[in-house]
Amino acid sequence: MDISVPGRIGIALPPLDVPEQPLPDAGKLREELSLPEVSQGEVIRYFTNLSQLNFSVDTNYYPLGSCTMKYNPKINNELASLPGFTEIHPLQDIETTQGALELMYDLQNLLANIVGMEHAGLSTVAGAHGELTGMLMIRAYHDSKKDYRRSIVLVPDSAHGTNPASAAMAGYTVMSIPSDKNGNMDIEILKSHCTEETAGIMLTLPNTLGLFDPNIVEICNYVHECGGLVYGDGANMNALLGRAHMSTIGFDVLHLNLHKTFSTPHGGGGPGAGPVLCNDRLASFLPTPIIAKNNDLYSLETPSASIGKIGGFHGNFGILVRAYAYIRSMGKQGMLDISENAVINANYILARLKDDYYLPYDRNCMHEVIFSAKPQRSKGVRALDIAKRLIDYGIHPPTMYFPLIVEEALMIEPTESESKDTLDYFISVMQEIAQEVESNPQILKDAPHNTPNTRLDEAKAARQPNLRW
Amino acid sequence: MNPEDRYYSTEHEWVLANEDKTLYIGITEYAQEELGDLVFVEMPTVGTVVESMGKLGEVESVKSVSDIYCPISGKVIEINQEAVQSPEIINEDPYGKGWLVRLDPSNPEDLNQLMSASEYETFLESLGH
Repeated sequence: MDISVPGRIGIALPPLDVPEQPLPDAGKLREELSLPEVSQGEVIRYFTNLSQLNFSVDTNYYPLGSCTMKYNPKINNELASLPGFTEIHPLQDIETTQGALELMYDLQNLLANIVGMEHAGLSTVAGAHGELTGMLMIRAYHDSKKDYRRSIVLVPDSAHGTNPASAAMAGYTVMSIPSDKNGNMDIEILKSHCTEETAGIMLTLPNTLGLFDPNIVEICNYVHECGGLVYGDGANMNALLGRAHMSTIGFDVLHLNLHKTFSTPHGGGGPGAGPVLCNDRLASFLPTPIIAKNNDLYSLETPSASIGKIGGFHGNFGILVRAYAYIRSMGKQGMLDISENAVINANYILARLKDDYYLPYDRNCMHEVIFSAKPQRSKGVRALDIAKRLIDYGIHPPTMYFPLIVEEALMIEPTESESKDTLDYFISVMQEIAQEVESNPQILKDAPHNTPNTRLDEAKAARQPNLRW
Repeated sequence: MNPEDRYYSTEHEWVLANEDKTLYIGITEYAQEELGDLVFVEMPTVGTVVESMGKLGEVESVKSVSDIYCPISGKVIEINQEAVQSPEIINEDPYGKGWLVRLDPSNPEDLNQLMSASEYETFLESLGH
């Protein structure tokens, strides 16, 4: 810390009033750990200034596609901080933690009702963790039928990269199914790849192009006819809250990202929560523990054919409290309003920017819209440069270069919690940037201009990572 | 811009035949441009037998991870260690110092199924470039 001055102190200790004792192991003190010598005021300013370098959803608009960077109500943090939730331990006798278990039991039911599945488990702590758990449940199901031929999992080419990774981690071979020209799954190719070796399919609804595949029921039926199961990636559930009965559509197992759809804090590596929901067919395979209720007593139970324990204790409990508070404060109508406004906001941006940026799939979107900077690229400006330039205008870059099937992709998810004023500002900035591509492309190439660090050498950072200072 | 002394695949690899019938394989200028700055390259071990259009290796850029396909079947007899150590040379010189592997082909006549430089350029135009 370069503000350190030898001899400066943060706390003046009172005079020593006990006999002085030598340290028992003075030789173990590490010389290289030269602790900074600073006053209290200096250290407060130092860390406060550092915190102000953060770009966050609490400081700026954050249209990061597929991440659902919605407003996280602060009241939920306060509720999760109540001593009744923070001062308990998972190893306590469950008779002393009935309130916490009741909350988890109710959350299982609330989540299942909101998305239309029959059962839920809360112990998974991230989206990809939920994916892996779901795939392990599918594997356990086929094994329970002694159907060991099923070794292949179908994954659309628009899927999040975690889908094929999760299937592979569960021991499956991944087969990619291409999208058709409208952005839907190519049904004919799907049919030609569905066999007695198909363990299942991993679908995101709406898909990562932000589109609702109108053939979703037919796809699920076809996979089922072949003996496979249907896994749902809940990354995009913000588009469907309270509106789709996923089990009726044909999903056997589904994960939700509480840190996306249910407004728990997001980013910075967690903690997250990726509850796994399923239908009756897979309920006995859910990971342990599941919260059960018998004669007004809540307890932790292990389903009869459970895949076992998938994480520590009961999951990220503090996150579950926040999601519960969010759902209860929004209510049923609130859930419907969330999905409606998320979809309207994305379509508003689509309609206002489609003349300035290329729209690879020209149809109504769901909760997010994918543009391509292909026309801008012919002027030497890439999606990356547009994203960097947005930072100069105080807007977080959207997701870039994903989905992989869209060239120079810009993936914009406004979420329901932004006002029309914010959306209009974003649209005007994107239009301004489209003008700059014509008039002054260099200003985009050099962006961002006003941040503590300007354009970073990302390739060098990846080639020679320096993970400490 | 694509050298005329070699063959091209629809997956954007090039193949250059040596006098001793072995082949150099690399990725095209278009491929390196699309991938962006490469940060990691994974190659097969020497002696690996690869099928035509089988997976030869993997390249990771700041944007994504992509498979490299082998345009022609054969046995890997040499790896460009310099490209593994410093993937940026693939970006800088994809047709020269940035070659990836040397292959002993099982059916050298399969080369004729690949594209010439001018055919590859027509193919790129059909992709909208």
